[in-house]
Amino acid sequence: MNEAHPVTEAGSTPAEEAPRSRAPLVWLVLPLAVLALAVAWLVAADPLRSFDNGAPPVENLTFERTVLSSGGIDLLVRAGGSEPMTIAQVLVDDAYWEFSQDPSGPLARGETAWIHLPYPWVQGEAHAVKIITNTGATFEHEIPVAVPTPVPTTGSLVNQALLGAFVGIVPVAIGLMFYPALRGIGRGGMNFLLAMTVGLLVFLMIDAGGEAFELADEAAAIFQGQVMVVLAAAASFLLLMAIGRRDGRPAGLALATFIALGIGLHNLGEGLAIGAAFASGAAGLGTFLVLGFTLHNITEGIGIAAPMLKGRPALWIFPALTLLAGGPAVLGLWIGSLAHAPQWSALALAIGAGAILQVVIEVAAYLMKSDGRGVAALSSWPVLSGAAFGVAFMYATAMLVKI
Amino acid sequence: MGEITDWFRVKLSRRGVLGAGILAAGGSAIAAAGAAQQPAPAERSSGSGHDGLGSAGHGPSHGAMMTVGEVDEERNGFDTRKMLTDWETGTVSRLPGGRVLRTFEIDAVDKEIEIAPGVMFPAWTYNGRVPGPALRATEGERLKIVFRNFGSHPHSIHCHNIHSARMDGIPGAGVIAPGEEFVYEFDAVPFGCHLYHCHALPLKRHIHKGLYGLFVIDPDPALHPEHTDVARSRLLGTPENAEWQELAMVMNAFDTNFDDENEVYAVNTVAHTYMKRPIPIRRDKPVRVYLVNAVEFDPINSLHLHANFFDYYDHGTTLTPTLRTVDTVMQCQAQRGILEFSFKDHEPGLYMFHAHQSEFAELGWMSFFDVQEAVA
Repeated sequence: MNEAHPVTEAGSTPAEEAPRSRAPLVWLVLPLAVLALAVAWLVAADPLRSFDNGAPPVENLTFERTVLSSGGIDLLVRAGGSEPMTIAQVLVDDAYWEFSQDPSGPLARGETAWIHLPYPWVQGEAHAVKIITNTGATFEHEIPVAVPTPVPTTGSLVNQALLGAFVGIVPVAIGLMFYPALRGIGRGGMNFLLAMTVGLLVFLMIDAGGEAFELADEAAAIFQGQVMVVLAAAASFLLLMAIGRRDGRPAGLALATFIALGIGLHNLGEGLAIGAAFASGAAGLGTFLVLGFTLHNITEGIGIAAPMLKGRPALWIFPALTLLAGGPAVLGLWIGSLAHAPQWSALALAIGAGAILQVVIEVAAYLMKSDGRGVAALSSWPVLSGAAFGVAFMYATAMLVKI
Repeated sequence: MGEITDWFRVKLSRRGVLGAGILAAGGSAIAAAGAAQQPAPAERSSGSGHDGLGSAGHGPSHGAMMTVGEVDEERNGFDTRKMLTDWETGTVSRLPGGRVLRTFEIDAVDKEIEIAPGVMFPAWTYNGRVPGPALRATEGERLKIVFRNFGSHPHSIHCHNIHSARMDGIPGAGVIAPGEEFVYEFDAVPFGCHLYHCHALPLKRHIHKGLYGLFVIDPDPALHPEHTDVARSRLLGTPENAEWQELAMVMNAFDTNFDDENEVYAVNTVAHTYMKRPIPIRRDKPVRVYLVNAVEFDPINSLHLHANFFDYYDHGTTLTPTLRTVDTVMQCQAQRGILEFSFKDHEPGLYMFHAHQSEFAELGWMSFFDVQEAVA
C-alpha cells in the first residue's frame, strides 16, 4: 500500500495539467495519423494500379569505385531503381565474364554491392564493363586507362604526401615568404594586393563550383548532386559568415586565417580530385604538371599575407597558416586515391566554394574599410587592376595544369 | 488565430536565418551519409577457380569467359538440347490423286524468355519458342501452314521457297492483325535448307524479337536418279538418314536494351548453352548440321569448326557440295546451308565450334561437340 500511494499521485498530476498540454499533442499526432492512414490505404487498396502501363521498372546503376588489382577488377555499384534490381550478367570488353556479387541478390534503391571480375586487364589500356540486369537494361562503365589501384603502403602514402606538399604547402609557403617585402607597401599597393586576393579567390570559387557540379553529375541520382552542392556551399558560407562575424568584421590575422581556411578547403577538394584521377589512371604524373600546380598556387600565399601586413604576427603563425591552407591537399590526395566516390569529392569542393565566397566578401569588406573610401575604393585603379591580375594570373597558370 | 499571426510577426533574426540554412544543408549531408554505408570488397577465397590469375593479372584463357548461372528451360518451355533434333513434320494426309498434303499449325504468341542466365527478353514467338519450330517436309509435297496471330502486333510467315505472290507473307498478302488467321499454301520446292520469318513492318524489330525458324525441304530420291543415295540420306525417316546425326541450328542474337546492337549471341537462343552442356556426338556416325543465320543488325555471321573440316551445301539446294573441305563458313542475314562432317578419325573429346567473329563468340555464340565412342 505504501508503494501504491506515490503511483496514484504521480498519475494524477499530469491529469490535472492535461487541458493545457493535450491540444498541441493532438495537433502533433493527427497529421501523423493521417499520413499513416494514407500509407495504409495506398498499400492496401493500390489505387495507383491504373498508372501501371506495363512498362518495366525504371533502373539506374552508378559505378562509384573501380579497384584494379592482380585479382582482377572490383567495382562498387549503387542501385537507384524504382524497384530492387537484379544484376544478371557482366560483360568486360563485350565478352561475358564470370563474376561474383557481394552481397548477392537484388539491390534495393540506394544499396551498394561489390562486383568482382577475375579479368586479366591490360596495363595502360582501356577497358569497358557492361552490366546487364534481368530486364535486359545495360549500364556501362569505362576504365579509360587501366593501372593498379594504389594500396595504402607507407611508401605510397609518403609519395602522395610529397606530391600534396608540392601542390598545396610549398606554393603557400613561398607566397607567404613575400611577407617582409610587402610590409612597407603603401595604400595603393595594399589595395592592389587585396584586390588580387579577391580575384584569385573568385577564380578558385568558380573552378571549385564548376568541378563540384561536374562530379555531382557522376554521382548516383539518389544524392541529388546539384542540390547537394548548392546546399553544402550555402551551409559552409553561412556557417563561416556566422562564425567570422561573431566579434565584428574579421580583419588582420583573423581574416588571414579565414582566407587560409577557404583555400585549405579548396585544396582538400582539389587533392581529392587529383588523387582520384591518379588512382583511376586518368592522369599520368609529370614534373611539368606538378610545377604548374606549384606556380598556380603561389598567389594563394600572397593573398593570405595581405590582410596581416598592418599587424605584427608571431613567427609561428606563418607555418600554421601554411599548414591550414596547404595541408588539406595532402589529406585530399590520400583520401582521393584510396576511397574515391564522386559525391564526396563534390561535397568537399562545394564546401570549399562556399568557404571561398565568405572570404571574398570579407576581403572586399576589409579592403573598403581599410581604404577609408568605402564602395568608392572598389572602382579605384589599383583595385580594378589587382582583381584583373589575380584572375588573369590564375587563369593563365591553370593552362599548365588542365588536362 | 491571434497566436498564428503573432508567430509570423516574430522578426527572423539573421542568426536564425543562418541556422535554418545550415540545418537544411546538414540534413542533406546526413541523408547522404546514411546512404553511404559501403560494404567492403569481398574476401577472395584462395580455393576458388580464380587462382590461375598470376601477378600480372592474366587469367585462364577461356575458363572465366562465360555467363554466370543457369537458364530455367522449364519456364522457357523449350530445351536447347532437344531443339537440336526436334523436327516439326506436321500432319500428313493425301490429296485426291495421291499427292501428300502436309499441314503445319503455327501460332504467334508474345512470351518473355530467358536468353542468358537471369536475362529476360520480351520475345515474339512462333509456338512459344525461339527459334520457331523447325519445319521439315519432302520435295514436291503440298504444304499448308495454318497461322493464327495471338500476339499484340500484326505478324506473318514469310517462307524462303518458291510460292505465289499471294502466299508471300508480306503486308497485303498474308500479314494478319492480332486475332486473325491465315492459311499459306504452296508446293515444297525447291529442296534445301530454308528459313521462314515474319515480314510485318518494321522488319528488323519483327525478326529480332524472335519470329524466325528453320524450314527444311528434303530431296525426293525419285527425282534425283543421279544422286539417289545422297538424296536418300537427306530424306528424314529412311534407314540411310538414320545413319546420320542431324542437328538443327539457328544462329540468332538479342538486343536486350533496344539500341540496335545485340547484347546476346547464340545458336538456338540461349547464350553459351552448348558450352555448359556440350552436344553429344557419336564418333563413328557422320554429322549433318542445318544452319541458318537469323541475326539482325550485324550483316554477317559465321561458323568455325575446331580441329576438323566439313563440306558445305549453300542453301542446301544441291546434292553435291558447293564448298569442299573448309572449316569456316560465312553467312549473311538469312543465308543458310548444310554442313557435313565426321569425327570418325578423331580421338574422343571436346571439339569447339563458334562464330569466328570473336565478338559474337564472346557474347555467347560459342559451343562444344562432345565426341564420344557411344552416346547414351
